[in-house]
Amino acid sequence: MGELRREIFDIVIIGAGPAGMAAAATACAAGAHAALVDDNGYAGGQIWRRANNARHGKSVLATRWINHLQRSAAGSGGLARLQQTRVVGMPRANVLLAESERGALEIHYDKLILATGARELFLPFPGWTHPRVMGAGGLQSLVKSGLPIVGRRVIVAGSGPLLLAVANYLRHAGAIVPLIAEQAHSAEILRFAAGLARTPAKLLQAALLRGGLIGTRYCADAWPLRAQESGGRLSVTLQIGKRRRVETADYLACGFGLVANVELAALAGCKFARPGCVAVDDCQETSVKHVFAAGELTGIGGVEKAIVEGQIAGLAAAGRTTQTARLFGNRDAALAFTARLEKAFTLRPELKTLAGPDEIICRCEDVTLGQLTIGDGDQTFHSLHDAKLHTRCGMGPCQGRICGPAVAFITGAENDLRIRPPILPARVATLAADGGA
Amino acid sequence: MPDTVVIIINGRPHQVAEQSTVAAALLTVGETLFRTSVSGQGRGPLCGMGICMECRVEIDGVPARLSCQTPVRSGMEVRTGG
Ligand SMILES: Cc1cc2nc3c(=O)[nH]c(=O)nc-3n(C[C@H](O)[C@H](O)[C@H](O)COP(=O)(O)OP(=O)(O)OC[C@H]3O[C@@H](n4cnc5c(N)ncnc54)[C@H](O)[C@@H]3O)c2cc1C
Ligand code: FES
Repeated sequence: MGELRREIFDIVIIGAGPAGMAAAATACAAGAHAALVDDNGYAGGQIWRRANNARHGKSVLATRWINHLQRSAAGSGGLARLQQTRVVGMPRANVLLAESERGALEIHYDKLILATGARELFLPFPGWTHPRVMGAGGLQSLVKSGLPIVGRRVIVAGSGPLLLAVANYLRHAGAIVPLIAEQAHSAEILRFAAGLARTPAKLLQAALLRGGLIGTRYCADAWPLRAQESGGRLSVTLQIGKRRRVETADYLACGFGLVANVELAALAGCKFARPGCVAVDDCQETSVKHVFAAGELTGIGGVEKAIVEGQIAGLAAAGRTTQTARLFGNRDAALAFTARLEKAFTLRPELKTLAGPDEIICRCEDVTLGQLTIGDGDQTFHSLHDAKLHTRCGMGPCQGRICGPAVAFITGAENDLRIRPPILPARVATLAADGGA
Repeated sequence: MPDTVVIIINGRPHQVAEQSTVAAALLTVGETLFRTSVSGQGRGPLCGMGICMECRVEIDGVPARLSCQTPVRSGMEVRTGG
């Protein structure tokens, strides 16, 4: 066994996105000795990724919470910032196993707040493995991390409000975005847009986005059918309503909404309200005592929900339960928005059949969709665990994070990939140091 | 042009933005094939956030590093296609 560093805190928050930042700042203000752990080198999570050195439109909200966080870190109780530190397991009660450049680390806590956020949902269609086909948020994050996009032609496709945010960002960064293909039904989108009037901040955001997107067509009832190489660029075939359309582009940025990173919550034994959604009580506490969850983990609802849930979790974990009630109204509004979001952007069944049997579904092990079919008929494995045992689907280094939700959507199989530590590929040394957690 | 550093990509020096990840630097110089999949397909970054593992490359002799999560450093040697 190697050397294992050990750090001890009252409250540990995993994830430095809006939810985790709000939780950390709030818990510290209430006097707790807390630590904020994130695998990135900066706070902000997915939305405020690199907000500190962003070239465009630094958000007021981001600035406010980044300042709060900095004050907490400097304050008396003190907030420890464990950056570039990835939690990979929970070897014992009240102990996390993490790793960073400096090696393995045990983090001890009394209370744990899970704010691990979400990732994009990717669905297979012919050509989805082409290197110029990326996630919508995926391409955005590459541009945020230095990829010049000036003059590049990008088709944005998939589903959800993220597509608008990404298109807007790419346009500001100099990309040409001729169209956004949104799979949702146009009637649902219109209803959703009308409902935005009930949430003023969202309305403002929507208006800003529209202003920035003149010249970009927003097509509902639209989705990618195929992407293929064409003279060093991509040729993308789209279904738009009843018509088909072929576009040439440098990149196809495509994501079908978000799925929460629930792996640690599952490992902790938290109960789920429904697949992909951790059950919490009024104080954001999960079914496991002293383990709280906030943000996308409890339902994909955007930044305002993440912040208010983080504040509530931070207060409750710090023992200020009575002070949480004043935030319930904000949370109710955020949850209502979450429900509308889910309804408007429900994935249409046509998306289940975009890929044929020869299309790769598991990108790590190159398992095809056809291999998931057993017998001679359309019968597929009932659960991902079954599929994994028989085909290696989900056995690769992403541990089923990409193919799992896709297979679950396409086949209706239960996404029951058994989470075993380490939940992310960990260095051998980390596991050895902990005696093979 | 912001501050730049020189990194070695597949044996050839390239000037890239200092504030960029290896993944962004590779795409900037036109390198889209990051790794070869088990059935021989060329692959590149998908999620941009350390989840999909599609952006793996060799960095300074260490195989299978996530290029989307690794900042460039002057003199760094990167190999793709593995
Ligand atoms: C790729 C992407 C791009 C997005 N872009 C936008 C946008 O431009 N505009 C917009 O309005 N919304 C965007 N969203 C949605 C936005 O993320 C949410 O609305 C909101 O930020 C969620 O906040 P959160 O705190 O719940 O999670 P997140 O912001 O996702 O933060 C979770 C954090 O936890 C970290 N983490 C997870 N697991 C571990 C672990 N095991 N160990 C250590 N750290 C861990 C993650 O790296 C991340 O930093 C995006 C989402 C994604 C996935
Ligand atoms: S692009 Fe997905 S892990 Fe790097």
